Order: sequence, then C-alpha cells, then structure tokens
Amino acid sequence: MTKKYSLFSLIKEGLGHNLGWEKAWRDPEPKNEYKVVIVGAGGHGLASAYYLAKNHGLTDIAVIEKGWLGGGNTGRNTTIIRSNYLQEPSIALYEKSRRLYENLSQDLNYNVMFSPRGVMMLCQTHHELRAMKRTSHANRIAGVETFMKTPEEVKSIVPIININGPRYPVLGGLWQPRGGTARHDAVAWGYARACSDFGIDIIQQCEVTGILTKNGKVKGIDTTRGKIKAEKLCIVVAGHSSKLADMGGFRVPVESVALQALVSEPIKPMMNCVVMANTVHGYMSQSDKGEMVIGGGADGFNNYTQRGSFHHIEETVRALIETFPVISRLKMLRQWGGIVDMTGDRSPIISKTPIKGIYINCGWGTGGFKAIPGSGWATAELVANDDPGDLAAPFSLDRFSEGRMIDESVAAAVAH
Amino acid sequence: MLIIKCHNCGVFADETELQPGGEAHIRRYRSQSSTEDFSSYLFDRSNKKGVHFERWRHAYGCGKWFHVARCTETLEVFGSYSAQTLKPPKSILDKIKVIRPDFKGWKNE
Repeated sequence: MTKKYSLFSLIKEGLGHNLGWEKAWRDPEPKNEYKVVIVGAGGHGLASAYYLAKNHGLTDIAVIEKGWLGGGNTGRNTTIIRSNYLQEPSIALYEKSRRLYENLSQDLNYNVMFSPRGVMMLCQTHHELRAMKRTSHANRIAGVETFMKTPEEVKSIVPIININGPRYPVLGGLWQPRGGTARHDAVAWGYARACSDFGIDIIQQCEVTGILTKNGKVKGIDTTRGKIKAEKLCIVVAGHSSKLADMGGFRVPVESVALQALVSEPIKPMMNCVVMANTVHGYMSQSDKGEMVIGGGADGFNNYTQRGSFHHIEETVRALIETFPVISRLKMLRQWGGIVDMTGDRSPIISKTPIKGIYINCGWGTGGFKAIPGSGWATAELVANDDPGDLAAPFSLDRFSEGRMIDESVAAAVAH
Repeated sequence: MLIIKCHNCGVFADETELQPGGEAHIRRYRSQSSTEDFSSYLFDRSNKKGVHFERWRHAYGCGKWFHVARCTETLEVFGSYSAQTLKPPKSILDKIKVIRPDFKGWKNE
C-alpha cells in the first residue's frame, strides 16, 4: 500500500492501475475515552488536532464531526489568504497563518494549491485611502510586506479594472504580493490525512448532544454514537458555537449570520490576483477552473440556514460590475451560504472558558479560512499548556468585559 | 426573502425595506452594576437556533422600530408586535406553541 504522495509514487501507482493507494484517512469507531476531544472537523478543528500532535506530542485525540469533515465553512468560502490587518495581535496571528500556508503542502505532504498571487485591496473613497495608508504603515512596522499602489499601478496589475468611477473611482490600492488563495477542500483533507497518520481519530457523522461537567470541570460529551470521556474539550464549531456553549453552561459573545458567495461560468484567464473592493462590498478572484469567485457582505440578521438573501447577490454583483464592466454579461453558475459567527469587535476568540478543561475557538466571522494554520497553531498551544501563548492571549473571552477590543471592524476587509 | 409585517404601519414589507436590529428585550443594567453585567448587556446574545425575538426597523417605510418573532433555522416569521414591551405578548407565545410544540418559552422561563 502506498502512503506518501510523490512523483515516484505517482508513477509507481500509475503503472499499477492506481489500485495500491491507501485511504487518505481512517474511519474509526469512537473509543470510550480520549485525552483531548475536539468538536468540529473543519479546517480549524483539524489544524488544532494536527499541531497538538506535531508541536506538543499529544495523539490521544478525537475530532468529532456532525456532518462530514470540511463540510461547513471550510467548504463554503472564497479561499482568500492575506494578513494585511491593522492591529498588532491580528497581524501576528494572520501573518503566522499566511507563513504556515507557504510550506503547508510540503508539511502535510498534500497539495493544498497555495497560490500567492497577490491581494489587491482597492481604495475607492478618500477615507479608505487614508485608512489603507495607515494599515500599510502598521504592516511595515510589523514586518508584513504590503505596499500602497497608485491608480495607474493598480490598472497595470489588474488590467480589467475600471479606475475612473464614476461613482467609486479607484484612488489607490493596498497590495500584498504574498497573499493569495488555496484550495479549500485540500486544506481540510490534507490536515485530516496528516492527523489520521498521527493516530488521531476523526469521527464523522457523530453529533454532540450534551457536555458533561462536574464541579465546574469537564468530564466528557454525549454524542449520537455514545458517551465519550475527555480530559480536555475544545469547541471549534463556528456558527454553532452558541449552541455548544449553551450545552456547557456558559455564554459566548457571538451571533450567527449567513455569509454567501457565488461563482460564474468558467472563462479564460483574465485576472491573476485577488481584488477586494471594500467600499462597495465585493471581492473577486479567478479560480484555477476559470470561474470568477465572488463574495459579498453578510446578512444583518441571525440566521442558521446556510443560504443567503437574494438581494445581497444583487448588491454584490451590481457593485462589482461598476468596477469590472467586463463581467457584466457573465452568467452566474451557483451560489452558496455559510453560517459565520460574528463577535462584537469582529476579531476571533481563542480562549479558555469558565468551565475548566473546555476551550473555545470561534468568532472568525467572515475571515476564517485564511487563519486555519495559525489558528490551529495557537489553539494547540492553548489546549496543550492550559495557557494561551503569545498568539492566542489577546483573543481571550474576557477581553469583552475588560474592554480591550481588537477592533478590526473599521480597519480591514468586507464586513470585518 | 423575508417578508415581515410592520407592526406600526401594517405594511407587509420585504427584507430590503427593513433594517435588522438584533436581539430584542435586552435590558440595560443600571449604573453601579458590575463589569460582567455590563459586558453581558453589550455583547452576550442568546443567538438561538430556533425561535428568536428580535428588533427590526421599517427603515424605508414609516421609520419606526418594532419586534418580530422569527425562527432562525427555517426563517419562518411567527408575527410582529410592539417595541414598547418588556416581553413578547401572550398571543405571540401561544401562536408559537401551536406551531412549535417543543418551544420552551421565552428565555427558558
């Protein structure tokens, strides 16, 4: 059975009619007891399990998943990776993540198709231009490579753009050359395969129905496939964080809303970077298949339905057509929605909870995909040491009562 | 698309005419209250998967606030009622109990 993916194994298995490939991950029955149970086998949950094993030597771990792995927001995003944030804690976390993405394929022995094609954030009002200049200075101080570009330079990087408005002319752009995209499914699958190789059990089709606690300490979980005892429990369930927190008997300051995206029919290559237009609430990139991947703003009301409002598609597309007149005749192929958990300051939570032994990683809002490796790294550190490291410490739950917000909602991309 | 009846002017307005205002019936703690209480007023929300009581404003209509009972799982709207109330009226709660027999009541009372 061939396990490692390489050119040599590809040739060998190709000659043998591809019958010798081992399954990418095991599908085990849940054991009665684990040292660490992670709820949620999305990108963040699997990455947390992976770095617990890789960096901290813990392998007695189960990752519990209600549906199938990578079937939530990991499979429902626009795959953009960037780290051009304003606040120091966010820059540290997202840049760590972006750097891990650079070598992720080699690290996991799984091609995640990280493509650092560059991310261009347009400035379409004078206020935005000023704010982006400030961001680029903050990035420079923190060691993140970003540059301000003039409208002419923007036009030379993205020839299909209309920089003359009339309603929202392009006044400049914040350019991060090492930002880009990756293949979202491959990120989840790569982590799942690497976790499985470490002996971590990924248990799919198993819904958590209750959290067992005693004297303010976690004892285990009730699931649709029986009771599982656990010393430590890490909740990484994005949109359903409030529901899990309810089971544990504590509250998290998040609200779940629907965020949607859409793709067009495939066309020939016409844009080789990611463009985000924050003022008009739209962002676009071209996938390797040639589809234009388009994302917009989130709905304003609480929603668990994994589909978005029709009028948001209209708003997003209407805005993008002004900036990219060339896409006006493009047909849209399909649309999807995901349930994102928004915090008050639009920054995530990686934290201990009032229940001893329960940790939570949530609140990624509309920008979770780019953070998968860094989030997993920080969460693993928190769970292994029962103490947040430098990356996770600013993102604790008590920042809300202490009033030390990490205020990215005014500083960064769409709906942040 | 959501279609919600404005309690103030009686118009059946679609989503684009309305502005969502988050969870309803959140009471502000008095001055001298503890930091935890005040931060829970500011940030903690029930975020229910199921029946949810929330504030809406008829932004592109009469401009007034009102409350709505809605299911966040199916987007079913159970009814709208006055914003000048401290808790949902009995008529709305009774209606929800008929449609959703397992409804636990407002704020798990």
